[in-house]
Amino acid sequence: MHVHRFERLWFGVSLVLIVAFIGTIIYGAVGPGIAMVDDSGGTVEPSVIADGNYEQTNNFREPGVYDTEDGVEVYVIARQYFFQPGTTEPIRVPAGEPISFHVTSPDVTHGFNLAGTNVNTMVIPGQVAEFSVTFEETGEHGIVCHEYCGSGHHTMEGQVVVVEQSEFEGGEN
Amino acid sequence: MATEHGTETGFETEQEYVETEDGTRRRLAFVDRFPEAARTARICLWIAFAAFGVGALFGLIQALHRTNTLRIIPSSDYYTILTGHGVLLALVFTTFGIAGLFHWANTRSLGVSPTSRRLTQGWLWTMSIGTLLAAGTIVGGLFDWIPASADVLYTFYAPLEAHPLFYIGAALLIVGSWGAGLDWFLQYREWRSHNPDARIPLQSFMVMTTMLMWYLSSAGVAIEVVFFLIPWSLGLISQVDPLLTRTLFWYFGHPVVYFWLLPAYVVWYTVLPKLAGGRLFSDPLARVTFVLFLLLSTPVGFHHQYTDPGIASGYKLVAMTNTFFLLLPSLLTLFTVVASMEHGARQQGAKGYLAWLKDLPWERPEFSGVALAGIMFAAGGFSGMINAGMNINYLIHNTIWVPGHFHLTVGTAYALTLMAIAYWLVPQLTGKRLQFRGMAAIQPFVWFVGMVLMSNAMHRGGLAGIPRRTAEPQYDQVTFDAVVGTVGEMRIQIAIGGTLLFVGAMMFLAVMAGTWALGKPNSQLRVNGSIPEPLSGAEESPRVLDNLKLWTAIAIALVLLAYGIPLYDMVADGILWPGSVPFPE
Ligand code: HEM
Ligand SMILES: [Cu+2]
Ligand SMILES: [Cu+2]
Repeated sequence: MHVHRFERLWFGVSLVLIVAFIGTIIYGAVGPGIAMVDDSGGTVEPSVIADGNYEQTNNFREPGVYDTEDGVEVYVIARQYFFQPGTTEPIRVPAGEPISFHVTSPDVTHGFNLAGTNVNTMVIPGQVAEFSVTFEETGEHGIVCHEYCGSGHHTMEGQVVVVEQSEFEGGEN
Repeated sequence: MATEHGTETGFETEQEYVETEDGTRRRLAFVDRFPEAARTARICLWIAFAAFGVGALFGLIQALHRTNTLRIIPSSDYYTILTGHGVLLALVFTTFGIAGLFHWANTRSLGVSPTSRRLTQGWLWTMSIGTLLAAGTIVGGLFDWIPASADVLYTFYAPLEAHPLFYIGAALLIVGSWGAGLDWFLQYREWRSHNPDARIPLQSFMVMTTMLMWYLSSAGVAIEVVFFLIPWSLGLISQVDPLLTRTLFWYFGHPVVYFWLLPAYVVWYTVLPKLAGGRLFSDPLARVTFVLFLLLSTPVGFHHQYTDPGIASGYKLVAMTNTFFLLLPSLLTLFTVVASMEHGARQQGAKGYLAWLKDLPWERPEFSGVALAGIMFAAGGFSGMINAGMNINYLIHNTIWVPGHFHLTVGTAYALTLMAIAYWLVPQLTGKRLQFRGMAAIQPFVWFVGMVLMSNAMHRGGLAGIPRRTAEPQYDQVTFDAVVGTVGEMRIQIAIGGTLLFVGAMMFLAVMAGTWALGKPNSQLRVNGSIPEPLSGAEESPRVLDNLKLWTAIAIALVLLAYGIPLYDMVADGILWPGSVPFPE
């Protein structure tokens, strides 16, 4: 089959481009260790969360911020139409150390995004989204529910407040 | 096209005329040769355009509401409108538009009429009833006295629940499209019985590879709807697994974008070169492109689930790798399209390194629309590469960047191509001359400018973290910091862009309605449907390219590799577990 010289060249350049893209991203994902969501958070029966029977699970605690031996752990419930904690009181975490988030939903699918950052996960009933974030600076981040979750979806928001290590009073552990 | 085999009886010879009643002669059009097929294609296109008109109105309402420019609905109804917009445009306008275009393309290139009237009627009715059911339940959400509603958006993620008729309607639309595919394969079988050794004519080859991809991928959503959502919404099963149903949706959700796009590719490969005054560069490479789409479109759906919990990173990585290889056929297309246009322009005497660009027939809407759609698609491809990068995706997932992206692809590459080609095709399907040609000539540019405004602002808004799918993108506890420009200026661009797009849509519909109502049947048409031979024809390519069974088998194998283990993982803990009851309860 006759392929024009330019076309062959283009084909070659395209392939190089594609391989380079994949390479950069795999490097970016594995190298600097950007936190991504996977299946590590485990599963949980949505009705158990809805009824508040956290002791029946081994991967989800009562919503709140915990200062544990393994570092700061944050358990968040996203539900129609608020984050718990996050909406009525902000999630307070210390700067400069890895914070491990666990987010799930007792009702429908929600989203959890710190606006303008790559802290971004879907919150799917039955699954616990687990990811780790290190905030280098103190300050406030808005949390947006970015998945349609019902007629009040646009009211679902919250805040993460990053404070100095010294000001951080962790919850019980 | 493979005309050298004598079967492609388009209108190649200028001698093909018909006598009209007043004794004059005119060029034979598609409607004269295949009146039945022309009628079917017309019905499909009219339904597509009706859905487009309503969808565009909803789009305008959204663009003005979101930006707080003009509000005619309460914010809680915003999602009903948005469901209508997504379903009418991304599912109905596309599926019917594609059916109309493919019905024409397959019949034209094979030169064989559809084989069974009953089958044609059957799929047309199935798709239409499905559309009415889905659209009816959505509209029900706006009126309290209608007991049905479907405020679930066009992705209908469980456990948000719609009325059962919504799911049944969606299923019928898809099953109907399978019937249409069968119609086209039967035409091909008929043609093959008379042409045992010929190469498959190019357009028919494209129709069939697209439909094979469609069968393979739409099976996912069909299983989701028929085995899970319909029984669940009827109360026959009490719960469904939200992650599993969502995964089945996205198994279909990426290939569906190629189902929208490939009809545009059919036009870009087979008609655009002619409209530019030349001919297709290479038939074999066009075939290679479509085969690559058949193979790679489906095993990539996890790239829509990069931010989903419950799916191991390895599966996401496999999907990402496949996704980047899927760039290849699109990059090849870019080359062919540009090369064919340049060739066309030079055939007409254009000179210069880039000066040939201005010698293209920009004043003809069928050309300018298709060419502008191609340019926008290149921009959309670029933002798509960002989406596809597993880690960069975290920055923009579910922000308004995403609609910014797909209004360039399905919202322009497909939509504007279909509109533009309608200026050329509808006269051939009706025997009527295009009316309001002046309006038609500027319409693609109106759409283009509107889309540049709306889409660039949406992309930048996404980088600032502004979410998609929300009636009120202003929050008390959240500030959005624009990286480029200001949030206020983005709003203005979205509002003006959305308005221009709506105006563009109405201009198109006015031309179509005018042609339908005012055009005289049996007119001497200004367009002709002949399509010149490619510079290098099918006979130069290996025959294995036409072996559709082989490519389908490989496509299935790739799907099993990409999805076998992840789906097994999800169902291993119980097919309905962890499960959710419907909301609202
Ligand atoms: C008059 C032209 C149009 C306007 C003004 C318009 C406007 C919009 C706006 C503002 C949104 C974002 C809504 C939100 O996320 O809150 C949107 C979403 C969308 N549009 Fe369009 N659009 C137009 C045409 C189209 C076309 C031609 C298509 C496809 C063929 C299309 C497909 C979609 C889809 C699939 C969504 C996403 C729906 C969802 O998130 O559920 N639009 N449109
Ligand atoms: Cu929400
Ligand atoms: Cu995709």
